[in-house]
Amino acid sequence: MKVVLQNLTKKFPSRNKKNPQDVIAVNDFTFEIPDGKLIGLLGPSGCGKSTTLNLISGLQSPTSGKIYFGEDDVTDLPPEHRGVGLVFQSYALYPHLTVRQNIMFPLQNLKGAQKLSKEQMAEKVLKAAGLVQIDELLDRKPNELSGGQQQRVAIARALVKTPRVLLLDEPLSNLDARLRLQTREEIRRIQKETRLTTIFVTHDQEEAMSISDMIVVMKDGVIQQIGKPQDVYDDPVNLFVAKFLGTPPINVFDGRVVRGHLMIGNDDILTVTNIPDQEVYVAIRPEGFILQDDGPLCCNLSNVEVMGRDVSIVSTHEKSLNVTIRSIIDADNPVDRESDTVRFAVKPHKVFLFGKTSEERIHFEV
Amino acid sequence: MNEFQNLDQLKTSARRKKIIRNVVIYLCLTVWAVMVLFPFYWMILTSVKSYASYNGEYIPKFFTLSPTLQNYSDAFTQVPLARYFVNTIIFTLITTAAMVVIITLAAFAFARLQFRGRNIAFALFLSLMMIPNELVIITNFVTITNMDLRNSFLGLILPSITSVFYIYLLKENFAQIPDELYYAAKVDGTGDMKYLLRVMIPLCRPTIVTIIILKIIECWNSYIWPRLITDDPDYYLVSNGIQEIRENGFGRENIPAMMAAVVVISVPLIILFLIFRKKIMAGVARGGTKG
Repeated sequence: MKVVLQNLTKKFPSRNKKNPQDVIAVNDFTFEIPDGKLIGLLGPSGCGKSTTLNLISGLQSPTSGKIYFGEDDVTDLPPEHRGVGLVFQSYALYPHLTVRQNIMFPLQNLKGAQKLSKEQMAEKVLKAAGLVQIDELLDRKPNELSGGQQQRVAIARALVKTPRVLLLDEPLSNLDARLRLQTREEIRRIQKETRLTTIFVTHDQEEAMSISDMIVVMKDGVIQQIGKPQDVYDDPVNLFVAKFLGTPPINVFDGRVVRGHLMIGNDDILTVTNIPDQEVYVAIRPEGFILQDDGPLCCNLSNVEVMGRDVSIVSTHEKSLNVTIRSIIDADNPVDRESDTVRFAVKPHKVFLFGKTSEERIHFEV
Repeated sequence: MNEFQNLDQLKTSARRKKIIRNVVIYLCLTVWAVMVLFPFYWMILTSVKSYASYNGEYIPKFFTLSPTLQNYSDAFTQVPLARYFVNTIIFTLITTAAMVVIITLAAFAFARLQFRGRNIAFALFLSLMMIPNELVIITNFVTITNMDLRNSFLGLILPSITSVFYIYLLKENFAQIPDELYYAAKVDGTGDMKYLLRVMIPLCRPTIVTIIILKIIECWNSYIWPRLITDDPDYYLVSNGIQEIRENGFGRENIPAMMAAVVVISVPLIILFLIFRKKIMAGVARGGTKG
């Protein structure tokens, strides 16, 4: 089932009496989610991603705009008629019901022609439980389960009525680091098995990048960029997207273009054509540095962290907007730890330029 | 060696301290228990003294050598106590049942539904709690009399089928249930009523049970209102009956028969409490812990 959002907007009335302007949580969203794909809605907290999810689920109604599931306009349909499965950050399991009863709950609400017999329900429950591998836990209460198991129960409950769209609201943020890794692979597996169109909200870019077919980066209710995770990472449209994706974060410098030379302070790091002279932000991915004795970028070395496969060089530069510059270098390269300075060359495709005021990307040719 | 001896000494002294502490605690508890239980003992004792011997005792005795059950049969024969019992049971059951339904719905509305003026309405409800009961009784009396409902079950029941305090208590309890459960139920097609019945009420059962028991006790013990609104013995409750027995002595109050009636009346409540003791405690304890 493909999901289409068309000029979707949600405004909340302001609670602040001095500033009675509406709060725009979701601002003019238009995009299409292809059938059977896993989409990550990604952004810092308060950027409207949960609101978007609530609009798609029908728990909130949009101020304007349309939502289509396939060809059906579901904008005015109440949540129970949309056929969505929703998994909450807090799982929202009914604490007084067993796992079996929890998963069965949505089935018991079906009416009319969809009404199921007891046997059919039991069968569906078993199937959903099997899919998320919690068959042995069916007779336990939620408080007797670990966080990861509760999460699976919540997913099973969302899947049991075979929804058209599966919505996951920060599904991993209540889990510890190891479980998070495991569960995100699990979500990917379940999504591939069921081939459900899945929309998944997170503020963790690593999470979104690792399992999504497509990511939607949002900020202040506005879509910044939509694309495959690798494409967005390699080709950010603005400074926000560049900063938001990637760990360690991208290194940003104050720079300027002078007669075809890209300068950071007095260091002439690249020769660029086709850009008029101007002040720019220079953003360099941590893996975009090359350790080179006569490299153009001269930084003050503060620390070298060995991480086995790579070394992370922590340094400072007067024009850097980050407190420290982090560069990741292959461990085979020798680093002179005694030296006060370290010199880098840069990989041009890992360097992005952004306009000083617009913060929009400026493409350059080497 | 010395250290071990010291250790032994320490152990002995610790044990001795513990014993002393226990003795003191149990002594205090015993005194307390006697204070609490003595009125009950006095009640039962009086109820088995004969009318003559009770009135013959210039200084009341702490025991009797000739117990009698005469007072119990007097209590049932001199006034229609059985009838009052039935009346009280009807009154209690209907009032409690009606009240639980009403306060549950009201608490649900205040806790879960969004409607204009909700907070103002709730504040008004709460402010009602500040009006003294006696004042309310006067206006209720006028209202019920004007409605021509004196000497009827409806008149008895109507003023107590709701309780602002219990609505408040239950609303707070309902409000503790996370919103996500409601949204999850909503997405799964659960209506408000079904959500209330299948999720909220089971989750708040300890509180509801506590409210039911407290209300039963309140109904069972109610005196002023039934006394005011009924003068036909057909509608008397047990509490009025006690009064009537008291006035039935030969020139003097028939205290032993009255006590016998009190014993009979107290038994159902005591049984109720013993059965639901744990539930009541659970309801009270739940207030502090996170669900």
